[in-house]
Amino acid sequence: MSTERTIMLRVNGRDEPGRFPAHRTLLEALRQIGHTEVKSGCEKGDCGACAVLVDGMAVDSCLTLAWTAEGAEITTVSGLGDLDALHPVQQAFSDGGAAQCGYCTPGIIIAAKAIIDRHPDPTEEDIRIGLSGNLCRCTGYTKVFEAVSEAAAIMRAGSDGR
Amino acid sequence: MYVPFELEMPGDLAGALGALAAGTGAKTMAMAGGTNLIVDMRAKRERPDRVVGLGRVGALRGMECGEEWISIGGGTTVTDLLQSKEIAEAAPSLVESSRLFAGLMVRNTATVAGNIACGSPAADLVPPLLALDADVTLASVAGTRTLPLDEYFLGYKRDVRRPDELITRVSWPRLPQSSDQSFINAFYKLARRKGDAITVTGVAVTLVVAGGVCTKARVALGAVAPVVFRARDAESVLEGRALTPARIDEAARAAAASSCPIDDVRASAAYRLHTVEALTRRLIAQAWRRSTDQ
Repeated sequence: MSTERTIMLRVNGRDEPGRFPAHRTLLEALRQIGHTEVKSGCEKGDCGACAVLVDGMAVDSCLTLAWTAEGAEITTVSGLGDLDALHPVQQAFSDGGAAQCGYCTPGIIIAAKAIIDRHPDPTEEDIRIGLSGNLCRCTGYTKVFEAVSEAAAIMRAGSDGR
Repeated sequence: MYVPFELEMPGDLAGALGALAAGTGAKTMAMAGGTNLIVDMRAKRERPDRVVGLGRVGALRGMECGEEWISIGGGTTVTDLLQSKEIAEAAPSLVESSRLFAGLMVRNTATVAGNIACGSPAADLVPPLLALDADVTLASVAGTRTLPLDEYFLGYKRDVRRPDELITRVSWPRLPQSSDQSFINAFYKLARRKGDAITVTGVAVTLVVAGGVCTKARVALGAVAPVVFRARDAESVLEGRALTPARIDEAARAAAASSCPIDDVRASAAYRLHTVEALTRRLIAQAWRRSTDQ
């Protein structure tokens, strides 16, 4: 058996304790402490539903061990914005109808945020290659690509740096 | 995840090598990005008792691009490679391979050492590195050794690395670029789709051209044999000559003849043989054309 340890995860700007064994993935740990906005899909790095930002870098939380994220700033889709103050990416997805069942959306929005951070004016190729690790099995990607492009435009116009 | 293990997270290289050397009787595995190992542990293909996480060993990450050598730390991520202007100039094949490597989140954590150490015939960084004549440096508490990447793989998912060793560095001599000689270095990944897909056929090519003659050729093939390998017969057809369509054809046929692909869920062996020949021909022809345009 592996040792359990209480660690502090810093999620969306708040310190949240949890007791986990070494083999607990960040995905499992986040959901265990209530962050069910992080979705479990393939659990092998293909689908991107579990994507979160760790120190600003998009990672698959299913391929990250919880202990290794101790001390890092973890951002889930809920940390970007909420219903009262949507992040421009969330707003663009909502306005553009870029979701169907919504299961893949939290991960796609995280990846989209990471793409725009890297490419403030992304080409279609930047968006496509950037989202290649996110699968949507409902509908398709056209509206998703359009929403990312729109979000980038909103953020360039606003430059509020969020 | 369902198979328990102990996890150590050393903060420096000495600590990591020490942790790998310790663990008497316990199966110990190093974990870099974890994008292969965690999947394998979940599927119970790997059952380590102890895992040594390398994420906090900063010394393993980074690139040095000198006048004569390019050197990449084993812990350098695929995203790090993509963001380096110097690598883009010195090794375009490696950047193309990095661009189409898995998905964004995996690229952000997967490392150069991990991609080599996983030993997969479809490991996408390996054909470019073989076509660059890369060396691999392995370190353990007993010391370091450097060997050609070409001698690293022993068979399907088998390599020369001992469990207590880490791939600390991958390095290669900078390709010549001057008024009288130039290089072309390219990679093509054929897969079911561009992103987040396992390679069906991968071809990396390096040509050095001087005075209208191909003075050096490297052709490395992925996913068409139990290991990524250099098609030496194809290389020797090209070296020391001006390249004609007939000679490029001959090299492409030699590349296919040295391949021994399998049927799997992604493609048939016959399709792989067909595409490895077509892609080798295409890459060499494009490279030759570009070299003579320069």
